[in-house]
Amino acid sequence: MSDSKSRPDRNWVAKHIAGLPRSGIRDFFELVNSRDGVISLGIGEPDFVTPWGIREATIYALDKGHTSYTSNLGLLSLRRECCRYVGREFGVDYDPVGECIITVGVSEGLDLIMRAILDPGDEVIYHEPSYVSYAPSVAMTHAIPVAVTTEAENGFAVRAEDVEKRITPRTKALLLNYPNNPTGGNLSHAQKAALARLAVERDLLVITDEIYSELTYGERTQSIAAFPGMRERTVFLHGFSKAFAMTGYRIGYACGPRPLIEAMMKVHQYSMLCACGFAQEAALEALRNGARDREAMRGEYEQRRNVIVRRLNGMGLSCNLPEGAFYVFPRIAATGLSAQEFAMGLLEHKNVAVVPGTAFGAAGEGHVRCAYAASMADIETAMSRMREFIDEL
Amino acid sequence: MTNEDLKKAVIGLLQKNARIGESEIADRLRSDPETVARLIREMEGDGTIIGYHALVNDELAGNGEVRALIEVQVLPERDGGFDRVARAIGRFREVCSVYLVSGQYDLRVEVTGETLQQVALFVASRLAPIDGVQATATHFMLKKYKESGFSVEKDEDYERLKVSP
Repeated sequence: MSDSKSRPDRNWVAKHIAGLPRSGIRDFFELVNSRDGVISLGIGEPDFVTPWGIREATIYALDKGHTSYTSNLGLLSLRRECCRYVGREFGVDYDPVGECIITVGVSEGLDLIMRAILDPGDEVIYHEPSYVSYAPSVAMTHAIPVAVTTEAENGFAVRAEDVEKRITPRTKALLLNYPNNPTGGNLSHAQKAALARLAVERDLLVITDEIYSELTYGERTQSIAAFPGMRERTVFLHGFSKAFAMTGYRIGYACGPRPLIEAMMKVHQYSMLCACGFAQEAALEALRNGARDREAMRGEYEQRRNVIVRRLNGMGLSCNLPEGAFYVFPRIAATGLSAQEFAMGLLEHKNVAVVPGTAFGAAGEGHVRCAYAASMADIETAMSRMREFIDEL
Repeated sequence: MTNEDLKKAVIGLLQKNARIGESEIADRLRSDPETVARLIREMEGDGTIIGYHALVNDELAGNGEVRALIEVQVLPERDGGFDRVARAIGRFREVCSVYLVSGQYDLRVEVTGETLQQVALFVASRLAPIDGVQATATHFMLKKYKESGFSVEKDEDYERLKVSP
């Protein structure tokens, strides 16, 4: 018997995984999901169903029996359309044959680029508050995430001088996400230019997650990839989830310099093989014929944003008018509650779910994230209950 | 936003939901309720906004009324084309919409009545005899699936997340 060697208490989990912070909000999320009748402004995805034309294209692809693998890089027709779209909308031209890869959402694209470029001990600078997976995706490659804090006073734009202070000889990349989840912040042309200059000067790779870019209200500026000297040092990550309400399709793409796409392709080919083929065909339909649906949704989000910002400021929570995405990030510190206490209290007493800012890093303390990708009726109900909650404090 | 753009945006919102209210319109468009109310009054006054009505699921509303689409072929006139006949048809209380359309017939008329017979009789005795009407074809409506952009049936709920990062 070899049983004598077995250790029931043995920890099989790798140290760098065990060391990952358990997503701070998982308990909160489970609590929300276990309750009935919650009015939720906590959902980080469109409340719209995927436009019918796109769903119909999915069904048609299945109808034709298109259920096989695709090329590792993704359907060439989709890569062509993506590159055309990026050229037209973001001002950077990429070759669909070697400079574009279709991924399983931006999430996979992010994982691929981190695994493709990082050696153990390398550092990646990112800005906080940020989407929950940035720091872990760096840490999972045995590299070190380095957070730079952004401030409400500055519209949550990351400042080049703050990034510069955190650069060390091990810094390899700067990870940007604008328009931003959770703050709704965006970067102006000048702010992008300053970051681009810094990246060139200090020889940094820039990874730019522009998943919310179509949801920009007001002037939309070109991608940082389009600035002088940036094309060869930028990996542009984008996808279909937000602009086309296709979160469940899990289709994204990355564009960048050939050697980097080739390296990402290696990881992708051995770990994922390819993105779902009929979902790729749906994405093709979205790019070819989805503009009207996209614009209709964008217009609706913009109006909901206007309403929610007025309501929040009206109840004494300071909240600037965010320029993109579908989130507002009001400051709740004046209530005397921490972000977690505010969110828990609001859930317990008023059955309204918002996400504590600390879910997006320590820099989110004093704020909560409200997603306005919810029906206007839910927004109005949530806002009046939030007002009651504050008045009763 | 210019006055004209604001008017267009207000119309767009009212067409989606006429009960939305001036203050929500103002909030959505970053205007103020007084301006919105004034624009709506203006548009009601100059005939830009003709009226408001509710979209109803007749089955749930217990609305047993019969509806029919009537295709009407009309001999156009030297002066005014189809206008005189279209207006004459539109004056009947039983008629709820009249459109001039391209294709095999000229006017698409929607008629309501209490029974099939009442609608058929109306077409035969009041609509068809109008001077200029050459032929009619009556299609009774059996079930409504969608009206003015709204589906009659609601989508099924499914397991969507209530909160996500």
